[in-house]
Amino acid sequence: MRTAFWLAGATVLALANPALAGDTIKIGFVSTFSGPTAVIGNDMRNSFELALDHIGRKMGGKPVEVIYEDDGQKPDVGKQKTEKLIQSDKVDFIAGYIWSNVLLASLKPVVDSKTMMVIANAGPSQVAGELCSPYVFSTSWQNDQTPQAVGEYMNQKGVKSVFLIGPNYAAGKDMLAGVKSTFKGEVKGEEYTVWPSQLDFSAELSKARASGAASIFVFYPGAAGVQFLNQYAQAGLKAQMPLYTAFTIDELSLPLQKENALGVPGAQQWVNDLPNEQNKKFVADYRKKYTGLRPTFYGAQSYDAAQLIASAVEAVKGDTSKKDEMKAAMQKANFKSVRGAFKFGNNHIPIQNFYLQDVVKDADGSLALKTVATIVKDSQDKYHDKCPMK
Amino acid sequence: MLLVVEQFLNGLQFGLLLFLLAAGLTLVFGIMDFVNLAHGSLYMMGAYFAATFVVWTGSFVLGCVLALGATLLLGILLEFVALRHLYGRDHLDHVLATFGLILFFNDAVRLIWGPAGLALPLPPWLTVPFQIMPGVYYPAYRLAIIVVALLVALLLYLVVMRTRIGMLIRAGASNREMIGALGINIKLLYTLVFGLGAALAGLAGLMQAPILTVQIGMGENILILAFVIIVIGGIGSIRGAFLAAIFVGMIDTLGRAFLPDLLRQILSSAAASTAAPALSSMLIYLLMAIVLVVRPEGLFPAGRR
Repeated sequence: MRTAFWLAGATVLALANPALAGDTIKIGFVSTFSGPTAVIGNDMRNSFELALDHIGRKMGGKPVEVIYEDDGQKPDVGKQKTEKLIQSDKVDFIAGYIWSNVLLASLKPVVDSKTMMVIANAGPSQVAGELCSPYVFSTSWQNDQTPQAVGEYMNQKGVKSVFLIGPNYAAGKDMLAGVKSTFKGEVKGEEYTVWPSQLDFSAELSKARASGAASIFVFYPGAAGVQFLNQYAQAGLKAQMPLYTAFTIDELSLPLQKENALGVPGAQQWVNDLPNEQNKKFVADYRKKYTGLRPTFYGAQSYDAAQLIASAVEAVKGDTSKKDEMKAAMQKANFKSVRGAFKFGNNHIPIQNFYLQDVVKDADGSLALKTVATIVKDSQDKYHDKCPMK
Repeated sequence: MLLVVEQFLNGLQFGLLLFLLAAGLTLVFGIMDFVNLAHGSLYMMGAYFAATFVVWTGSFVLGCVLALGATLLLGILLEFVALRHLYGRDHLDHVLATFGLILFFNDAVRLIWGPAGLALPLPPWLTVPFQIMPGVYYPAYRLAIIVVALLVALLLYLVVMRTRIGMLIRAGASNREMIGALGINIKLLYTLVFGLGAALAGLAGLMQAPILTVQIGMGENILILAFVIIVIGGIGSIRGAFLAAIFVGMIDTLGRAFLPDLLRQILSSAAASTAAPALSSMLIYLLMAIVLVVRPEGLFPAGRR
């Protein structure tokens, strides 16, 4: 009898606990921490942690707890981890997501539970368009935007024709569609490869050469970008067909791509040498805290994600139950982004500049990414009209 | 037409690479009746050794030769320390133990070389495209892979068909109990075969490394293809592995190269470009299914049991 009494007491306490859970701000962070693309997830975690350091690991006066979950680059695993974070950890915010296919699989539980979400990389067209949602924000871009900027740049260079190669998943299709929408020359052909298992692109490179196109455009994030550049150089195409890229060369792949990446242009909304103060602090402190590593755009977006979450929590003074007020605060993008100031569109995707980045030799002889020019100003994704936002 | 020639070479190169991996697997599986899931890890170790030794020695060829020796030793050591104790057991135990080895090797590599992966740059004389006939250029390195793999295949054929060791290996593939009963030192033979298999996997890994990147888990996807090949070729048969590997390499490459264009004739362009990669990656498994139905023992079974 007495046991039953204690049990009942414990149950009451346990039930009362969620009300007390408001003592900390809980953030779930889903990214890839195992397998060949784990380096990307680590960079995102490093940058997110650095942002928390910079704001004193508190938001709205409350300590912050981050739970990192590994999606293994698999949509089904990503969905499970997302559901776990929402249902059993009861997080206030959910952030991260490198891969568009993982994000699309994980979106429904987030939207259904009205959890506040900040996407730090993936930008599938659906999330910008028909699947947009009031509590879902992005600190990255919509997939088409970056390749659209590459297409613009190719027009400026007077490129006559192109052969497109990309991986066969949600982002790959968006990327190739993006270039096609702005590139004014002729598209001589396009090839999709099995993702992420296909690593040998010999058949695609042979077809590109046979097509007689003047240039090649590719989108291969992570290690696949290293492999593609290797094989492109080995095929002797560097002199014949100049390469244009999106998300293929970054600070993680560059040490492996080495000379193969020299002079290969790409577009990006953030480059490590952007001249604003917040960015200088981010890059300098990152290199100090994680010696031997350099931050990537993945990290910059994660850093901004932490800042965006903090701006929302500050606005409601730590009371995360006031979701609509947090949403209103986030729509203002009221924080010092490392890419410089930007606005959110109606679909909560940034309206931002895209820069031309090139690979150059540093003063000390090591390879580095450098901003060369602004390709487009205040680019807004082309799916925002399709977003009902209800 | 020139494109067909080039794609044919691509298929041949991929097939020969798969053969190196499958040959070791089929020897170990066929002769020792041992399921070795960690074969892909040896492939990975070959690549990591090569990336390290090439930097140390400053010579690509010397580094690769050292890496080959290191993988051979690693294979022998592995057999001696761990796998030797598992021979009498069930296949399920083999799978469990060697799966554990995959995890062990992946984390060992993470500890020693770090999670980011390595690059294995080629010497300049291998990075130039080579003109094989007027208008057809082919990467010199891929040609080198074809030549080396063909030489290894020839060597393997001579060893297996013309030497005493080879005779024992063939006998072992046909009937293990009988050669044991005839007083052959089975233990030594097994260690040797396993070491040979490891060296072949290492060779495949280090040759693939400059094309791909050297990274953790690089052997896992390709191991599935190697298993498909030994099922198609017939377990324990080197000849079967060779022909099946060429088949699989050709089907995979030619499928990827020409299926999209074929599909575009009947489907809309967008649907075709989405469906073709999915379909072409299925072709190999389709072939395996057909072989399993028509000839469950594989195309060239090593011998009746």
